[in-house]
Amino acid sequence: MLERVVDEAPRFFTYWNVVFLLEATLATLVLTAVGCIGGFALGFLMASLRRTDGWALWPLRAVAFTVTEVFRRVPFLVTLFLFFYLFEVLKLGLDTFYVAIAAVVIIAGAFIAEIVRAGFESVHPNQWDAASAMNFTLPMTLWYVILPQAWKVILPPAFSFFILFIKDTALASQIGVVELTFAGKVMNNKGFSAALTFGTVLVLYFVLSYPLTRLGQYVEARLATRRHR
Amino acid sequence: MGYTINYDQVLPYMPYLLGGAWLSLQIAFLAFVGGAFLGLLGAFAKTFGGPVLRGVVQAYVVFFTNTPQLVQIYFLFFALPDAGILLSGYQAVLLGMTLNAGAYLTEIQRAGFASVRQSEMEAAETLGFSRLQQVRYVVVPHIARVLFPPLSNHYILMTLGTSMAAIFGVEELTGRALNVNSETFRSIEVFTMTAGVYVLVTMVANLVLALAGRYLFRARMRLL
Amino acid sequence: MQHVDIVEISASYGKARVLDNVSFGIDRGQIVSLIGPSGSGKSTLLRVLMGLLKPETGHVAFGGERIDFGDKKKLRAIRARFAVVFQQYNLFQNMTALDNVTVAPVKVGGRPRSEVEAEGRALLAKVGLGAKLDAYPDELSGGQQQRVAIARALALKPEVLLLDEITASLDPELVSEVLDSIRALAAEGMTMLIVSHEMGFVREISSKLVFMADGRVVETGPPAQVFDAPRAQRTRDFVSKILRH
Repeated sequence: MLERVVDEAPRFFTYWNVVFLLEATLATLVLTAVGCIGGFALGFLMASLRRTDGWALWPLRAVAFTVTEVFRRVPFLVTLFLFFYLFEVLKLGLDTFYVAIAAVVIIAGAFIAEIVRAGFESVHPNQWDAASAMNFTLPMTLWYVILPQAWKVILPPAFSFFILFIKDTALASQIGVVELTFAGKVMNNKGFSAALTFGTVLVLYFVLSYPLTRLGQYVEARLATRRHR
Repeated sequence: MGYTINYDQVLPYMPYLLGGAWLSLQIAFLAFVGGAFLGLLGAFAKTFGGPVLRGVVQAYVVFFTNTPQLVQIYFLFFALPDAGILLSGYQAVLLGMTLNAGAYLTEIQRAGFASVRQSEMEAAETLGFSRLQQVRYVVVPHIARVLFPPLSNHYILMTLGTSMAAIFGVEELTGRALNVNSETFRSIEVFTMTAGVYVLVTMVANLVLALAGRYLFRARMRLL
Repeated sequence: MQHVDIVEISASYGKARVLDNVSFGIDRGQIVSLIGPSGSGKSTLLRVLMGLLKPETGHVAFGGERIDFGDKKKLRAIRARFAVVFQQYNLFQNMTALDNVTVAPVKVGGRPRSEVEAEGRALLAKVGLGAKLDAYPDELSGGQQQRVAIARALALKPEVLLLDEITASLDPELVSEVLDSIRALAAEGMTMLIVSHEMGFVREISSKLVFMADGRVVETGPPAQVFDAPRAQRTRDFVSKILRH
């Protein structure tokens, strides 16, 4: 196995192949980043909606509740297939890359809504009381009082989740998104050995994920020691 | 719109899908047990081992937690035959998931070990407990209580993770969903129904585990 | 005419009825104290008045203008006239003392920041914290935090100030500094509704007492009457218990 890898390596690491793999790596990163940023917006919105009261907003609350509870319990692969066929039926004619982004946004939204909710709950109830007693609206309460206190609780798990999704987006290869794993399959189909192609792909994922993991650990440790602000 | 939602054609496949879900739970269970055992060894090594052993375990954990499980299984499935090891799709998935779980569960169990407080041990010692009794009555119950919730949680995540077995031709829930899809072409219905089964299965699994955790280990767990 | 009328307020936590038809009035500039055993509903009543707990029945009237506890708009109207000081101070932990005082008038009231900040400085100086404008709550003692909370409530220019056991969480040596701030306010003619266990203070400062038990108003009257010649048996029991200590 190793002989073959050494033997093939010069033919494998040509300029065009390297560019192809790096572009695929970039696609993985963009898919994750855009999906998670969208997911963060959606998750934050859903967690905030669950804090509203009054009957006028109950349909939105119900949607937020359902999305958070359902999409945390469906495998990413199944969500991808569902969105793939949904986009097909709706005849949107969009590239599968956008299908994958939509799927990442909804799943990330569901998980991050729970993370944000836990962050909101980490702020003492008396802070919510004081804000309501002073006639703050919900957006004002969140922006001026709750988020400045909760972001330290929200950020570390949200960041971990982001890193998790760098790896999970590998599944997007199954609906034909040209990201890193798909690129590995392409190279393998071109006749390069699986050990070389998937070994390289594993290394590239590691290079993406590991520094961010360390960064996350560093930030978390820093946040744990700092106080207000 | 040209598409009307109609479940008539796919509903008869429900028992078939549920059979697939049973296989999903089994794969998750086997990989979990294997992974928990690996993780236990890893956690022991990291807690009590020398620098070399700790380094090896750390490299294993860091590598497996920073690369995708899917590509790990690809590697096992497509690259090992070159070395003369031929795995079936089912075997590759099971091995890949076990190794992956082992890495995550090493970290989880190590944290559990680390949570045993010296003060509790000292309290037990002043009460005249022997070393073995301390382990039996203080350490093990404490670790079980601390570890049960994150382990349960990981088991649920692994149940969802088994869906990638479909990519290797295993006919678990997602694999069967793909079969039904290619027979009926009712894609939306098939995958919403499959999603529903996953929601149901993970909720039931979570409920059972949470009840067990509450009553066996007095662990604080959400039922839903 | 009464300045504020609290009319027939009933409320429950789940199935437990915690307020049963509570009514009394507060005159302009009057200081009314709510007394009674723990769990009698005093703090719950303040929570209702601040719109933090929705009552089943009842309303408040300001100068005869009736406002029900209904939708958000009505709650906002009620809250704009009351301001509360909480037992646990409830200062915003992420803001300095001055920001705590100015945030609501600026953000909710939409008033110009410079004007509000000048007022805020003056208010903090008045409660003896002119040197602590930029301190965060976790850098202040309990008594100092509570005085910031008083300044914060006053910055809202409320018609009635609600004080919810504001000395109950304080170390004994810090109680007097907070009570002094309240005495100063009383001298200025601030209308206040006070829940307190400091009976000496209550007697000294209030012109009317409302004795509550089991969620009901048992007896109201001037302090001398309620303490020295209570009419109801419940009040007599309560007063004799307190005076024994």
